Amino acid sequence: MGRYVLRRTGQAALALLGVSIVVFALIHLVPGDPVRTALGTRFDQELYDALIARAGLDQPLLLQYWNWLTGALTGDLGVSFRTGQPVTSALLARLPATMLLAFAALFVGLLIALPAGIVSAVRQGKPIDYAASGFAQIGVSVPDFWFGLLLILVFARTLGWLPPSGYVSPLEDPVEAIRRLILPAVTAGVVTGAILTRFVRSSVLEAMSAEHVRLARAKGMPNRYILRHHVLRNAWIPIVTITGLQLATLLGGIVVVEVVFAWNGLGRFALDSVVRRDYPSLQGAVLLIAVIFLVINLIVDLLYARLDPRITAS
Amino acid sequence: MSAPQDPQDPREPQGTPDGQERRSDEAAPPPEERLQTADAPSEPRWRETLSALLANRLAAAGLVILLLLILAAVFAEVVAPYGFTDGELARRLEPPSGDHWFGTDELGRDVLSRVIFGARVSLQVGAVAVGISLVLGTLIGLVAGYRGGWIDAVLMRTMDVLFSFPVVLLAIAIVAVLSPSLVNTMIAIGVVFTPIFARVVRGSVLSVREDVYVRASRSLGASDWRIISRHVLPNVAAPVIVQTSLSLAFAILTEAALSYLGIGVQPPRPAWGLMLLDAQGFIATGAWWMSLFPGLAIFLTVMSLNLVGDGLRDALDPKQRSIIQSRGVT
Repeated sequence: MGRYVLRRTGQAALALLGVSIVVFALIHLVPGDPVRTALGTRFDQELYDALIARAGLDQPLLLQYWNWLTGALTGDLGVSFRTGQPVTSALLARLPATMLLAFAALFVGLLIALPAGIVSAVRQGKPIDYAASGFAQIGVSVPDFWFGLLLILVFARTLGWLPPSGYVSPLEDPVEAIRRLILPAVTAGVVTGAILTRFVRSSVLEAMSAEHVRLARAKGMPNRYILRHHVLRNAWIPIVTITGLQLATLLGGIVVVEVVFAWNGLGRFALDSVVRRDYPSLQGAVLLIAVIFLVINLIVDLLYARLDPRITAS
Repeated sequence: MSAPQDPQDPREPQGTPDGQERRSDEAAPPPEERLQTADAPSEPRWRETLSALLANRLAAAGLVILLLLILAAVFAEVVAPYGFTDGELARRLEPPSGDHWFGTDELGRDVLSRVIFGARVSLQVGAVAVGISLVLGTLIGLVAGYRGGWIDAVLMRTMDVLFSFPVVLLAIAIVAVLSPSLVNTMIAIGVVFTPIFARVVRGSVLSVREDVYVRASRSLGASDWRIISRHVLPNVAAPVIVQTSLSLAFAILTEAALSYLGIGVQPPRPAWGLMLLDAQGFIATGAWWMSLFPGLAIFLTVMSLNLVGDGLRDALDPKQRSIIQSRGVT
């Protein structure tokens, strides 16, 4: 176990180093002068020189990387080319909105996937199984941003039940925050739920085909008892794993849903930075999301190994 | 876009938590069977695959939808009632009618015609992007798996780094560097999907590299190229074909997302994602048809590709199919 933890953590650290190189390279791969491009018509020699000096763009490349990396490790991601404000504080201001949406979406996803997956496994081959599998097939093929638009069309514009967009902090106005959270969370959650349904179904089916479950059934134990004590106990390990991985995917992929609902999170920040050619902000957002993505994946893998010792043995 | 990562998730093609090449090992037929298929990737095998695919009703339905889409894309000028830029401002934002089955947009352009021409853009981007990742990924996977050693380590660690980014985010970063356009969208998606193919191919290569017949032909003096083309590639084909089909679905979704974000295909080209971006501005006016039809087109295309991909996997990988069936034994 110890060796596995070390090896897996080492892999993640190596990947992180690679990620940092790619993110650092972003600004240097842009054709032309990134600061000049970012300033555009607002060009001002004094401001230009200040930004170049602050970003260290006049130094040798390796030194620049070193400074950027050590800065990033201590939480300094430079200043925005647009506002001149520190990137880190802008990112931290956006992080709670993204986290809230991701966890809410995961909650909606599990609310759908657990019952749908378990029932369709238990009733394998029955109409309800086909219905659940059909839902899963449709869910993985639906573009989430389109689904979001349809929800806005129906529930905000036509029925007027919920606000169409915008983020409100739950600390300011909890009721309004939840009202605004529902549509984006359902949008991202239904797609997540479709993916999770497939996993829950196959994990439960796998657990149901185990020897001891068949024995329990042969002994005439009640189905409900078998399901609770034998099947679900074994099925939950892969389900927890995939749920964790799905959270990482959600955090990384939520940018489009954030844009649909004008949700003031990290994804929308990244996109705005692209449009405004604000490269330090883009670098910061990409780095932060990639780090969260890597760390969640690492934690999930280690947890999985801890829960299922067969992984480290192989 | 939250990437639809299903059990056949293109980002985790091997289906094991740590991404090792378990599936390709399981999928590999026993050596004696491989000897026959490897030396003769003959017609009957293809015919068998096709009939297995058509026997699967869902996959057959997917194939039919896909063929219709391809036909519509190729013959868009003939099929579409109007040109994709033809607009009549006097008839803007009209709901569906006999003249305009899918209604008109804010410039009075026919939504149906734009959806049909949009199929061309989507399929083009999907095909070229996946083509890029297929060629790059296969090459990298072949070299890494066949050569091994430090070349393998360097190539695969590089792939791991690309794999460490969420798909849409990496595509956004690449487009940010290259500037948004049709070609750059293809390149960005192509790069993003390369590691998947590299992993699948490397896994398959590793599973045949040390097989007796490969070692035998090496000791008989066969060149690397001959070994790769006669023995390795035929064994890599099945997983790569399945991956291609599933990746196409995902690539089209990614293109639609990038175009919707305004950093993919640029106007006036009628990309479905771009049409949805336009449509969002007119939701408040009640122009539901502008949002409904382009999204429906993306959905149908992606679903048909997923169905064909699932069907292909079942047809080309009978062992896995039997595992799935046997799970139902209770």
